[in-house]
Amino acid sequence: MTDNLEFTPWADPSQKPLIRFENVTKKFGDFTAIDNLTLDIYEKEFFALLGPSGCGKTTLMRLLGGFEQVTSGTITIAGQDMANIPPNKRAVNMMFQSYALFPHLTVAANIAFGLKRDDLSAADIDARVDEMLTLVQLKQYAKRKPHQLSGGQRQRVALARSLAKAPKLLLLDEPLGALDKKLRTETQFELMDIQEKTGTTFVIVTHDQEEAMTVASRVAVMNHGVMIQVDTPDRIYENPSSSYVADFIGDVNLINGTARVVDGVVTMSWAEGQPKLSAKSALDFAADAACILAIRPEKVNISSTKPGSAHNVVRGKILDIAYLGNISTYHVQIADGTIIKAQSANNRRLARRPFTWEDKVYLSWTDTAGVVLAE
Amino acid sequence: MKRLSWFNATSLAFGFAFLYIPMLILVIYSFNSSKLVTVWAGFSTKWYVELAGNEAFLEAAWVTIKVAVISSTLATVLGTMAAYAMVRGGRFFGRTLFSGMVYAPLVMPEVITGLSLLLLFIGIGMDRGVMTIVLAHTILTMCYVSVVVSSRLVSFDRSLEEAALDLGCTPFDAFRSVTLPIIAPAVIAGWLLAFTLSLDDLVIASFVSGPSSTTLPIKIFSSVRLGVSPEINALSTIMIGIVTIGVIVASLVTKRSVAMRAKQERDAE
Ligand SMILES: Nc1ncnc2c1ncn2[C@@H]1O[C@H](COP(=O)(O)OP(=O)(O)OP(=O)(O)O)[C@@H](O)[C@H]1O
Ligand SMILES: [Mg+2]
Repeated sequence: MTDNLEFTPWADPSQKPLIRFENVTKKFGDFTAIDNLTLDIYEKEFFALLGPSGCGKTTLMRLLGGFEQVTSGTITIAGQDMANIPPNKRAVNMMFQSYALFPHLTVAANIAFGLKRDDLSAADIDARVDEMLTLVQLKQYAKRKPHQLSGGQRQRVALARSLAKAPKLLLLDEPLGALDKKLRTETQFELMDIQEKTGTTFVIVTHDQEEAMTVASRVAVMNHGVMIQVDTPDRIYENPSSSYVADFIGDVNLINGTARVVDGVVTMSWAEGQPKLSAKSALDFAADAACILAIRPEKVNISSTKPGSAHNVVRGKILDIAYLGNISTYHVQIADGTIIKAQSANNRRLARRPFTWEDKVYLSWTDTAGVVLAE
Repeated sequence: MKRLSWFNATSLAFGFAFLYIPMLILVIYSFNSSKLVTVWAGFSTKWYVELAGNEAFLEAAWVTIKVAVISSTLATVLGTMAAYAMVRGGRFFGRTLFSGMVYAPLVMPEVITGLSLLLLFIGIGMDRGVMTIVLAHTILTMCYVSVVVSSRLVSFDRSLEEAALDLGCTPFDAFRSVTLPIIAPAVIAGWLLAFTLSLDDLVIASFVSGPSSTTLPIKIFSSVRLGVSPEINALSTIMIGIVTIGVIVASLVTKRSVAMRAKQERDAE
């Protein structure tokens, strides 16, 4: 979204968050699903939750929806403490990961279900249902029962049902996982459109980083019930706070070494007798502290001759080449045995590819291309 | 379908014969024109006609049906509520005791249930009549309903109720508009089961019935002691018919809903 550039309520201390988690812990018996989590989500945000399976994403949503009670800590929505507020009294709608469509009702009746609980005339309900069916492209399926639909169609019904009431806060648990790429992209843009029109706040769980990058105003990376990093998509990608985040979002090369900081520039030794690497880092390192350099494959240049300018330059040998059509990924082994992935665009025909297996090559990158991380 | 081996076929034939020949004889003799129960003298439906004019039997039949309808309805409401509390209530205080108590009448000898109810009704000074039989049958059949309904509830996807709450239903509203329609086949099957059980109960009814409230099984049993009349055969045939229809409908309802559910689950993959 282009206007995301100006939309940064989290940076403005005078803004009141819509959702506030304060030291929230959720335990199932001995198992801690959410571990002392503190988080603010602002109105009109499109907040994406990313994380490996079982890290507590659904649990977080269920806490917001009112289906689970916190073990300790407080959740407030619009300034109101949510403890003891039942799900039906919350201006929150949730799309369940399992869809939870009512099997005894038709598609149209499923979508109308929540509307019937509001004081709406039958004509208004019909109009709204119609609008939703058009949105998810299921108009001709209105009279079917859920078991007569395909997985992707069911997912769209669930999405339409949760959108129908136009709630202030919408929780979507993997809303687009079962859709094909084209429909998914379309729906993503629809969601962004709805959000722009209605100003609804979205919290969305997804396994698809590309999706998170496309739709989200901020992305949260979770693991074991802890927020590892919460940031805008570009900052998550360019400035991951840890190697875990760097590794989780997109492809990344990690080089281990020891750091020396001179004037805000980290100089990193990584292998005996090899030229040192340099990179900027917001972190301060004690002399010779262990560190990791994270660098994205598309930022690594590959060449057969030594590049002239004062880059970071590393020698290596090509082990493998993955041809992906528009780009190729070269797997290059460097002095300490690490395998570095370098991507380059295939702007020439395959037959004229400049490198082949076992070639000795130079890898190079600028000192702003990578980040140095503590762990 | 697979063909049965001769061994299986014979055992099946013996099994069916063992179960149904007595009933078949009864049904055949109900169409006997002779007054002597054991001598066949030609086909006739006169005992049915005679039965239709027998005030005492009709009165008993009316009591029986009344008791069966009221008690099975009460048992269905209570049994469904009990099943819901046990499956959904989590670990509330006294849960184990409660579920044990609900299922107790299932294994308790009927004589003991009947006797203890009799003592209770005498103790609280309640006049024996239709009311006491209804109460006794409700207690007896409620556990059957609760077994049937709770086995359905266990496999019920809880997130459906959560979705209903999420869309603005109160918990009662969610139960009424989502849970109940989905578990309805089990509830209906439970009701039919309770109805047939009440219809043919003799032991408990004979403990708690009063002089003005004789049920059919009691009536049949007491007239048989004075000698089997072809009229009784006719009456029994009608009862067999009703019970058979009840059981068949109950099993069809369950079977259909199981098949539907299996299909839905298959489609959901
Ligand atoms: N009711 C429960 N009782 C016990 N443990 C639970 C319960 N619900 C969730 N958990 C556990 O909490 C952890 C987090 O579950 P959660 O459903 O939030 O994961 P998730 O991040 O949504 O995973 P996925 O991406 O696979 O959907 C899991 O390890 C799960 O086993
Ligand atoms: Mg989940």
